[in-house]
Amino acid sequence: MVVTDVPTKLVYDRPAALDPRVTHYCPGCTHGVAHRLVAEVLQEMGEVENTIGVASVGCSVFAYNYFDIDFVEAAHGRAPAMATGIKRVLPERTVFTYQGDGDLASIGMGEVVGAASRGENITIMFINNATYGMTGGQMAPTTLPGQVTSSSPTGRDVDRQGHPIQTSELLATLEGSAYIVRRSLHNAREIRRAKKAIRTAFEVQKQGLGFSLVEMLSNCPTNWGMTAVESRDWIEERMLTYYPLGDYKVSPAVAEIKV
Amino acid sequence: MPPKGYIEVNELYCKACELCVEDCPQGVLALDMERLTSRGYHPAYMENPEACTACRICAVVCPDAAITVHRYEKVEAKDG
Repeated sequence: MVVTDVPTKLVYDRPAALDPRVTHYCPGCTHGVAHRLVAEVLQEMGEVENTIGVASVGCSVFAYNYFDIDFVEAAHGRAPAMATGIKRVLPERTVFTYQGDGDLASIGMGEVVGAASRGENITIMFINNATYGMTGGQMAPTTLPGQVTSSSPTGRDVDRQGHPIQTSELLATLEGSAYIVRRSLHNAREIRRAKKAIRTAFEVQKQGLGFSLVEMLSNCPTNWGMTAVESRDWIEERMLTYYPLGDYKVSPAVAEIKV
Repeated sequence: MPPKGYIEVNELYCKACELCVEDCPQGVLALDMERLTSRGYHPAYMENPEACTACRICAVVCPDAAITVHRYEKVEAKDG
């Protein structure tokens, strides 16, 4: 603070839809950024009171503690199924799930494919950090070829352990999906683009256009064994080549949404 | 050029991840190595406050929503 006798205008504040609570996320983890974007978007849309979130299992298991939004906790991987039920019973409510790659792309892959193929009118926040964060950095279905994890100490060998699953590309092939995009959280510009995508995804649901999913490339400084700043560079250098950012499915009705 | 604004870091939330320090285009921010927060982190602070343009990049990249950005209204009006 430099000058105190000049009137000031508040141009950025912590969104009220985030609970005033310190998260358990490691320093620099972009889960916090994703939380904040969801809170900001719901607040800007005036949907905070009308929203029901579904928390997953993984590092984001405590998401229900961090939002001032109604939340339920699903069994591991089953958040899209739970969201389906909630949305069908309460169609006027905004329903979203918040899932990591261990939850959505591994144990919950069947659930999300089913929800997308049925065109359920729900929104999914998918955080992809190429590892199982909570359990100690084991290899996930999204782990990159050659990536060293605690369960692939010599790097992921695609001949033995298969290729990483590109979830957005996969779900975009399903007829029921309406809006499937991949964004990243590694710098301010991409974070702003991610926020816009989240807004569009919630608008898709509000207008009843079908299944929407925003994949966000995220970091895991602790399990990747680097500083927060280095981990963002790693997203840019390594993850973006295997997981290109872009819009994988924008149905014609969705393309007309302006946010 | 006078500063166009200032930021406040809520030290309850700040975890000293240094992302704001790294991303500030004006080099305003640094970690305060003289102090610790109640959770044991060296909090981010304005080391070079004169250069702040209230651009909000620090707040956008902050994973813990710890940063509040204020803009001086008169300065803004004068600069157009």
